[in-house]
Amino acid sequence: MGSLAEERALGYGGLVSDLREVYESGRTKDLEWRQSQLRGLLRLLREKEEEIFDVLCEDLGKHRGESFRDEVGSLAKSVEDKLQNFKKWAAPEKASSLLRLIDSDCSQPAATPLVAFPATAFVMPEPLGVVLIFSCWNLPIGLTLEPLSGALAAGNAVVVKPSELAPSTAAFLAANLPKYLDSKAVKVVEGGPDVGEKLMEHRWDKVLFTGSSRVGRLIMTKAAKHLTPVALELGSKCPCIVDWLDSNRDSQVAVNRIIAAKWGTCAGQACIAIDYVLVEEEFAPILIELFKSTLKRFFTKPEFMARILNKKHFQRLNDLLDDPKVASTVVHGGYFNAKTLSIEPTILLNPPLDSDIMTEEIFGPLLPIITVKKIEDSIKFLKSRPKPLAIYGFTRNEKLKRRIIEETSSGSVTFNDAIVQYGMDSIPFGGVGASGFGQYHGKYSFEMFSHKKAVLKRSFLIEFMFRYPPWDDSKIGLLRHAFRYDYISLFLALLGLRR
Amino acid sequence: MAEAVVRELRASFTAGRTRPVEWRAAQLTALVRMIEEKEADISAALQADLAKPHMESYLHEISLAKASCKFSLKGMKSWTKPEKVPSAITTFPSTAQIVPEPLGVVLIISAWNYPFLLSIDPVIGAIAAGNAVVLKPSEIAPATSSLFAKLLPEYVDNSCIKVVEGGVDETTDLLEQKWDKIFYTGNGTIGRIVMAAAAKHLTPVALELGGKCPVIVDSDVDLHVAVKRIVVGKWGCNNGQACIAPDYIITTKSFAPELVDSLKRVIKRFYGEDPLQSADMSRIVNSKHFNRLTSLVEDKKVADKIVYGGQTDEKQLKIAPTLLLDVPLDTALMTGEIFGPYLPIVTVEKIEDSIDFINSKTKPLAAYLFTKNKKLQDNFVTNVPAGGMLVNDVALHLTNPHLPFGGVGESGMGSYHGKFSFDCFTHKKAVLIRGFGGEATARYPPYTQEKQKILRGLINGSFIALILALLGFPREKR
Repeated sequence: MGSLAEERALGYGGLVSDLREVYESGRTKDLEWRQSQLRGLLRLLREKEEEIFDVLCEDLGKHRGESFRDEVGSLAKSVEDKLQNFKKWAAPEKASSLLRLIDSDCSQPAATPLVAFPATAFVMPEPLGVVLIFSCWNLPIGLTLEPLSGALAAGNAVVVKPSELAPSTAAFLAANLPKYLDSKAVKVVEGGPDVGEKLMEHRWDKVLFTGSSRVGRLIMTKAAKHLTPVALELGSKCPCIVDWLDSNRDSQVAVNRIIAAKWGTCAGQACIAIDYVLVEEEFAPILIELFKSTLKRFFTKPEFMARILNKKHFQRLNDLLDDPKVASTVVHGGYFNAKTLSIEPTILLNPPLDSDIMTEEIFGPLLPIITVKKIEDSIKFLKSRPKPLAIYGFTRNEKLKRRIIEETSSGSVTFNDAIVQYGMDSIPFGGVGASGFGQYHGKYSFEMFSHKKAVLKRSFLIEFMFRYPPWDDSKIGLLRHAFRYDYISLFLALLGLRR
Repeated sequence: MAEAVVRELRASFTAGRTRPVEWRAAQLTALVRMIEEKEADISAALQADLAKPHMESYLHEISLAKASCKFSLKGMKSWTKPEKVPSAITTFPSTAQIVPEPLGVVLIISAWNYPFLLSIDPVIGAIAAGNAVVLKPSEIAPATSSLFAKLLPEYVDNSCIKVVEGGVDETTDLLEQKWDKIFYTGNGTIGRIVMAAAAKHLTPVALELGGKCPVIVDSDVDLHVAVKRIVVGKWGCNNGQACIAPDYIITTKSFAPELVDSLKRVIKRFYGEDPLQSADMSRIVNSKHFNRLTSLVEDKKVADKIVYGGQTDEKQLKIAPTLLLDVPLDTALMTGEIFGPYLPIVTVEKIEDSIDFINSKTKPLAAYLFTKNKKLQDNFVTNVPAGGMLVNDVALHLTNPHLPFGGVGESGMGSYHGKFSFDCFTHKKAVLIRGFGGEATARYPPYTQEKQKILRGLINGSFIALILALLGFPREKR
């Protein structure tokens, strides 16, 4: 294989075939190898922490506090969890192969029909092979290394394509992943959409894409040519339903958490950031006042909020307020600084529902508040819209919680907090409908890059002659007995068995 | 037309008709009744479409479909319950659960070779999971297709479960609609078309495709039993027209003659001297496939390798069980999926060489090994990627509902059977429930050094950090 620049000119064919060769050699399946890779990742996170903070600050103006909380810290914990559990996950799992008796009276649904008795059955996880991970610019470390750790734990060879829109982080990964991981089996390919396109010309054993729906469609269409399975983590408008909260303390806690989930998370540029709020008409002014005072307390220095990624997105956000019908609904903030690419926390009250800000994913520090007459109306509001990656609800009302869970659909639902579901290893993370498909985090990251192979083993011992032609009515009759809970006939049949 | 169907189903689904477990159970119970009451009609349709012997229809389609229904009926109650999972210390106090919910309106495109089972089985999973369903049976098995179109409305809720018959045009029309999942059983060429169509709407897909299923036969086996199982797995499964039927055999050069002899004897015993007259053998589904198959052995360098069989009857669309030995590897017979009654035997020097041979081809839907040698068994299981595998038998793994059934690589993506069918049409929604307690100011700006220390400890799982965080450290000036 030539240098990556040569590879790029030639369409990456050499890169892919080299990785396939490495994978076929069995190197990445070895459990010791997987352990060394996961340990390598942990070492990288520990030793290069300062540098990671630096590049995240360069690319996005993220404060190290946010970077640790959202990318480095939770990632280290997640990799540690994989290190402890991957051997268990990779082990064959016994499946039931009890004698099956198919009858409505039977209380135990067993497994193998009589014709296959006796047998042992198990499920054997195996790596898919050579996989490709497309990362995104807003959590450029987390969205690369979390799936990478899953793919490695599962025993795959991996190509990672970080987003070119976070160039310092991409360069950091390209320089350091080869140092801490097995550079023969883990490759970083830098570049923009053209590189992505060239990579997708090839067959992969799995592709994970995090990004926009538009590009998601392109990726899946290209994957279809090779029957490459894909997982798509797409965006959406994540709503936050805020119920009437009686106690001041509850309201303050809710506001703290909503602010952290909007402006404290990459300035709202996150797939699971709160996009807009739904609240009862009468509660809205109270909420807005609390937002104002808390925002002042939290963001005492500009460095505590990330900046907008680049001019293009800055302009996009600016344009959302172009329409005077939208601009007139701004109740707080609204100051855009094109020089520093920063936008102050901005709140709108009831912008028109057909405006861009209410139909497109905002991905920025603008928070529309939509009022409803009764909080239950928000459920109907959500049902008529595309399924989001996350739905948030701040409420103490158990009935409302149950209704939200049962009557809406989303990747996930979180009550009385936001974003924190991202850092949990026990629940799957992923979208549904327009927000994507495929889940990862924790054990799900391992499974995303695995195939669960079914294995059944038989002995030569017992044979049932009615399994074989020539078939006549008596054999069919015997078979019917075998498929019913008909012990006597069964026993008699069994006696005439062995040739 | 497809648009109207989808619209109606979406309305039914949004109205919540398919959600109650009672509704789902009622549909599945009705399906069981349908299979019991109409067994003769189903068997007749399969006989018309494929000349399938009644025994095969009963064993491979009808009984499995009924069992699948009953298994889902029993399992549904627990499958639909939310699953509690451990919560994290960082979100203390909180509870977490995984709530299964239906995807919505799903499309199931079935195949022609097991037209009854391959239609009903995924439909069972979709219903159990609470979805609205459109079933598009294969037009290449027209009797079974019209049977579905007639029977399903008599037994199940027609506002939520529909049959759409038709060929390429109707299928294309269906594929242009927006579905919440598409489940396709068939070949890789159409599979690619299905996935590309799904990509336009970001619809997830499950593709149950085919491949060349290899059978390794070692010399240490109980040969008579092994051969019986291979023969019934090949020609007793729709005359080789099954995605999991053995496609080719690999054995050692030294063992091949004995294996071929045994195969000949068993084929003769099962199907008689003139297999074309045997009532126990399915026919080839149509003349297009008949011609496809016969052209595979037209070439002299392939025809010369026939060691048994080879007779054909074009009028009846029947081809006799045919054995071939050491066909050149670059021929169509050896590179593409046969899906018919030809069984080539490949010979290798050492039996272990068969592993590399299999791995040099695309990943099969199923791989089979006959041996008593534990080391070879382990080597096979560990080193041969495949959808599923069986040691010392053929095809049966698909009857175990505790095992996921599906392909990998060229043989497909996604799996089903048993609970896996339910999962195939389900979204596992993560639900995290926190209270207003456990407020850790350490997570909010302004980000001070002290806060970062506590957050670090908290994320690393330190109890002390948790307590400090919960006590509101660091204290902030208001």
